[in-house]
Amino acid sequence: MQTYNLEADGLRGLNSTLQAQSSAVTEDNWEVVNPKGSHAIACGLNAPINVTVNGSTGYYCAGMNQLASVHVKGSVGPGVAENMMSGKVIVEGDASQYAGATAHGGLLVIKGNASSRCGISMKGVDIVVHGNIGHMSAFMAQAGNLVVCGDAGDALGDSLYEAQLFVRGSVKSLGADCIEKDVRPEHIEILKDLLARAECDAKPEEFKRYGSARQLYNFDVDNAQAY
Amino acid sequence: MCGIVGLFLKDKSLEPKLGAMLTEMLITMTDRGPDSAGIAIYGKDSGGSSKLTVQSDQADEDFDALADDLGAAIGEYVSLKRNDTHAILEIPQGKLEEARTALEELRPGMRVMSAGDAIEIYKEVGLPNDVANRFNLSNMGGTHGIGHTRMATESAVTTEGAHPFSTGDDQCLVHNGSLSNHNSWRRKLMREGVRIESMNDTEVGAAYLTWKMQKGSTLGEALESSIDDLDGFFTFVVGTKDGFGVVRDPIACKPAVMAETDQYVAFGSEYRALVNLPGIVEARVWEPEPATVYFWNH
Repeated sequence: MQTYNLEADGLRGLNSTLQAQSSAVTEDNWEVVNPKGSHAIACGLNAPINVTVNGSTGYYCAGMNQLASVHVKGSVGPGVAENMMSGKVIVEGDASQYAGATAHGGLLVIKGNASSRCGISMKGVDIVVHGNIGHMSAFMAQAGNLVVCGDAGDALGDSLYEAQLFVRGSVKSLGADCIEKDVRPEHIEILKDLLARAECDAKPEEFKRYGSARQLYNFDVDNAQAY
Repeated sequence: MCGIVGLFLKDKSLEPKLGAMLTEMLITMTDRGPDSAGIAIYGKDSGGSSKLTVQSDQADEDFDALADDLGAAIGEYVSLKRNDTHAILEIPQGKLEEARTALEELRPGMRVMSAGDAIEIYKEVGLPNDVANRFNLSNMGGTHGIGHTRMATESAVTTEGAHPFSTGDDQCLVHNGSLSNHNSWRRKLMREGVRIESMNDTEVGAAYLTWKMQKGSTLGEALESSIDDLDGFFTFVVGTKDGFGVVRDPIACKPAVMAETDQYVAFGSEYRALVNLPGIVEARVWEPEPATVYFWNH
């Protein structure tokens, strides 16, 4: 385990040290202390290393992650795991807006609540939120799974493509072209796997599934009022 | 962008440190707003007297003999305490309007930053650290205060475009965002007789709340109706003589973090601004919900 004191040694040094692990991993386990809400902690990693951040972070924590496992023992600001490609990001606390935005792969787990625009334009990532999510979540979400154990805010899945949304609690309102769909056995399997990996004890059978009605894929003047 | 910080103390023992705590929070938000900075600080109600915070670009000239001139004009004893380009004029309660009218005649180039029993506002162009040092903000005490670091969008980088804005006695407002219907509201509010002195969008937001409260709304009701009437992006933090409120527009893309302990309620545009507050690790920390009014009173 190597410990890095962010307050004393600076952000640029932290990220370049962690990014240098992509050519040869010299240390599997890293700990970042004194994050104090700083931005862009553990960004652009590309090595199968474990990074634990002891405290809360600001914007864009673990952005563009590949292969690494980043564990934040606190809350995160806007844009956690934005554009993640692979690997895993676990947040013990809450996440601010656009968590997992545009992410292509990997697993993002938020053990508290996520605020607005969670999973906006997600492109293949799996996101599991133990608590609630805010409004406009999964807007234009293209691929991947968003699992919400609590409630979802307004306009869930507006202009959705092929991402699958699973919500256990209530949905305040659905966005344009997002509809409730049947939960089939293959969806129960997806949920079982994601909930286990996210250390969540919710039962797959308790979730409802939402997806695209596919009515907005091509412009149709009769849908003008839906935009 | 812009940065907002706010601190509402519940624990009286922290009151002498309010300025120091708020200044540290303000400086942390420098990279969200390096153009200008300002702070509204609510001190103890001075009992029987009111305060005007005035600012002048020619302070030596304007402040010279000002207390005597104003005292003679309103027939009362007036004291003046200068702080760099600002000065606090202490006048008997009930004489604020008369004093403001007299000031317009006596010192036409001077600006009134705030009026009320408890509020003082200090704001200038420059980096937050420089502005804070200029006014020695960290030595000020008080019950609650609001600070702002500005990255200008809607009007010029000037002292009068800096936040906080005060459009009513002991009221102030700071804003992160931009209002898109401020011109039509400015015209409407000025027709209604509300005092608006700049082309800034935020001042219109402040004036809107003042107008609503003049019409009988509570601050909470005024904030509720701002969600319907003001168009654009906003996270507002407002101060009154004994209270502190927060509201965000329904889209809520302008960031906001709040923290509460037995000792204080704190607001920051980012968590970074709160990290050195006492007991922050154990504090309840949350993101205020969109289109929801939060308010605390002493």
